Amino acid sequence: MKQHICTHINGEATEFLCDAADTLLQVLRDNLRLTGTKEGCGTGDCGACSVMLNDRLVCSCLVLAVEAQHSQIETVEGLANGDSLHPLQQAFLDHAALQCGICTPGLLVAAKALLDHNPSPSESEVRFWIAGNLCRCTGYDKIVRAILAAADNMRTTHDGAQS
Amino acid sequence: MSRSPNGSWRSVGTRPVRPDGIDKVTGRAVFSADFNLPDALQGAVLRSPFAHARILRMDTARALALPGVKAIITASDLPEITEDQALINGQPPDFRDMSANILARTKVLYEGHALAAVAAVDAKTAEQALALIDVEYEVLPHVIDVQQAMAPDAPVLHDSLITQGITPAPSRPSNIASRHEQVHGDVEQGFAQADIILTEEFTTQPVHQGYIEPHACMARVASDGQTDIWCSSQGQFMVRAYCARLLDMPLSRIRVTPLEIGGGFGGKTTVYLEPLAVLLARRSGRPVKIQMSRADVFRATGPASGSYISMKIGALNDGTLVAAQGILCYQAGAFPGSPVRLGCMTAFAPYDIANVKMIGYDVVVNRPKSAAYRAPGAPMASFAAESLIDMLAQRLGMDPLELRIRNAARDGTRTAYGPRFKEIGYLQTLQAAQAHPHYSAPLGQHQGRGVASGFWFNMGGQSSAALTLNEDGTVMVTTANPDIGGSRASMALMAAEVLEIDVDRVRPEIADTSSIAYSDLTGGSRVTFAVGMAVTQAATELVASLQQRAATLWDIPVDQIDWREGCAVASIDGKQEILSLSSLAAQAGKTGGPIAAHVSINAQGAGPGFGTHICDVEVDPDTGRVTVLRYTAIQDVGTAVHPSYVEGQLQGGAVQGIGWALNEAYQYDDNGAQLNPGFLDYRVPVASDLPMIDTVLVEVPNPRHPFGVRGVGEVPIIPPLGAVANAVSRATGTRHVDLPMSPPVVLRAIQRAARRRR
Repeated sequence: MKQHICTHINGEATEFLCDAADTLLQVLRDNLRLTGTKEGCGTGDCGACSVMLNDRLVCSCLVLAVEAQHSQIETVEGLANGDSLHPLQQAFLDHAALQCGICTPGLLVAAKALLDHNPSPSESEVRFWIAGNLCRCTGYDKIVRAILAAADNMRTTHDGAQS
Repeated sequence: MSRSPNGSWRSVGTRPVRPDGIDKVTGRAVFSADFNLPDALQGAVLRSPFAHARILRMDTARALALPGVKAIITASDLPEITEDQALINGQPPDFRDMSANILARTKVLYEGHALAAVAAVDAKTAEQALALIDVEYEVLPHVIDVQQAMAPDAPVLHDSLITQGITPAPSRPSNIASRHEQVHGDVEQGFAQADIILTEEFTTQPVHQGYIEPHACMARVASDGQTDIWCSSQGQFMVRAYCARLLDMPLSRIRVTPLEIGGGFGGKTTVYLEPLAVLLARRSGRPVKIQMSRADVFRATGPASGSYISMKIGALNDGTLVAAQGILCYQAGAFPGSPVRLGCMTAFAPYDIANVKMIGYDVVVNRPKSAAYRAPGAPMASFAAESLIDMLAQRLGMDPLELRIRNAARDGTRTAYGPRFKEIGYLQTLQAAQAHPHYSAPLGQHQGRGVASGFWFNMGGQSSAALTLNEDGTVMVTTANPDIGGSRASMALMAAEVLEIDVDRVRPEIADTSSIAYSDLTGGSRVTFAVGMAVTQAATELVASLQQRAATLWDIPVDQIDWREGCAVASIDGKQEILSLSSLAAQAGKTGGPIAAHVSINAQGAGPGFGTHICDVEVDPDTGRVTVLRYTAIQDVGTAVHPSYVEGQLQGGAVQGIGWALNEAYQYDDNGAQLNPGFLDYRVPVASDLPMIDTVLVEVPNPRHPFGVRGVGEVPIIPPLGAVANAVSRATGTRHVDLPMSPPVVLRAIQRAARRRR
């Protein structure tokens, strides 16, 4: 029997029907066609399917869709504000922090989760935080630099706004 | 097109945001699994649970009877490919083997080998159907290890496989598919001159390319047989050609549309799913989508060959190398075709050695058919050669960079594999390494520094580009090569350079197989070089057309017209006249119609690539864990068209090599089933394993390319195996010859060395 689930996805009230065994990733991609969230492994090892579930960073392949009942979900599609990119997205472009781009959505979501609770992470904190997001192309160097630069930029903007 | 007074180009060498960047940071980019059609069926593939078994009987009746199942195919649905149809122009790949690899005919040859495919209304039904296919197997003895597979009493995979390259031909089949020999000078005489001879044996494990995007495709077949395929691959024309051959179809009946590719590294230069999806779509009359799971990717695609290598070098007391010899045994996987020949050719290519003899064996084992992985065949051979050179440096008490400089190949050096090098930058990479602060940074306890070099040929090849001038003066650059790491940006930069316009007025696109002429696939470090050459020539033709149009409008001879800053310029009656690209575009109708240029070439003159890497490690003496402390990748890149993406190639390649050296290996149980077909237990490097990867771009222009470009993508994976091993060996005071250098392996080596010292 299909389950009826009510959520907010990227701020919009979204309802869907799913099987009890469907993962949140399957529903996002197959039912809702939010294909920005990627499947790299389906076992929670690569982080390509990272989303925010009630302000918690999760691998959506490890969450059952029915667990999302009445929850807030944020995906890569919700990062930009209209046509204005999130500072992390801009930093990834400016620092050439993507090559093939398949890991990029998951890394952006994971990095935003980090900066939301730690606005000035050290390089080591960034590296350990994104250790669950595999990238095979870049060797992580430019990704780490992009996240540190975005953090710097967001702090400056924030401080500027306060003063 | 001309350099500015300070020697730099206008666009080439700058770092604009890549044209496909926005789509890739917002989730809009469509990768293979992201593509959907409204009435598509889901496909699933039945895979062998056994490493080696005869298929006695297969019955699909129960599966077909399951409601929701629309089609099932087995090898009997594939056209038979005869021996004389197996190769095109005598060149690999062997399509008979490829056909037997995508669907096993009489035997399964590895765990994960495909046997049948199902299309059903949804994924769950397709999976249920797989369980209802009845297969009766006769399980056969299997062999996983390359040396065991070469033993006289080893289980034989192919009853008809007679070793090639041996005279007289052996009378019995074996797992040795071929023997390759490469001789340069006289090694006996060379070793007779040597003051020092060093011999060692090395092993490396198969490693997977590890692209994060699993293989996936969609196929649709119209009732007249016209076939569409949407997939990610390293070449849409490769997919078209292979599907046509495997399914016995004319090329004109197939259109392949390339989707964004989520990593390939050589692993997406063949087909697995596409022919199955086409057959299922044909039979069911509906589009069919098939996706691999990560476990399928590990069990049935790639990897790079594992190897056993025995190698020997001879040198004079002053460090001059006088002879080198190697026996290389590479695992091909279940079908012949490892890159052992390339290992033989590349191992000592960085050095000027008078006498070299290399023997390579291509060996089949009960593992997935090996596939290309970045500089195929070179990293493992280089690991052996660069380890021996480090051992020689230690024996002589000589600086390892000095030793390499003494023996380095230079312009005019005849390589052991044949040609003479021209305009190479190997020496410059060694000098840059010596001058780099990394090389003089202090080292602490349990720390060591290793260096190693690597060589790769780089390729040119068949390439097409179409430039069209839009009515508003913007320009489309259409090519036929999937953008795997930023090549759209490079194409746009080269076109903008020739046209002398800003790069944001140039839009690069990648066309399907019906919209542009043939191109070889994205591989061999060839795209920026070879496709870039086609783009450059097309842009040059476009400029010539524009000058012609200006000549028509001004009614003066075309040779009086210059092209500067994106404008036609002429002096008419002593007055300078200008026609901009936009006004020429707007008036195209008056001067002969749309303005475009299409160039198809077979690009020659790819420049050889050399890199030198420096690696510092710290080894925990209690656990054997190796931590990479500092890493610097130095490479002659010719001209860096978009330096950020060139650096990215160096960094990414270095880290894949670090994974190869330290972590990555397949584990098998006693039945030949893989124990670690996932990223948890097959551990690729993660961000917290690594430091920043410093890069130095040495630019020795390739004179056979308009901007001096040479390929860069493959060289960076070659030196890390040797550099890391040399660092670990120096840190621990004992030589490490088996990869990966996982903590238990390193710990055992440390303990053994300590016992020996007692």
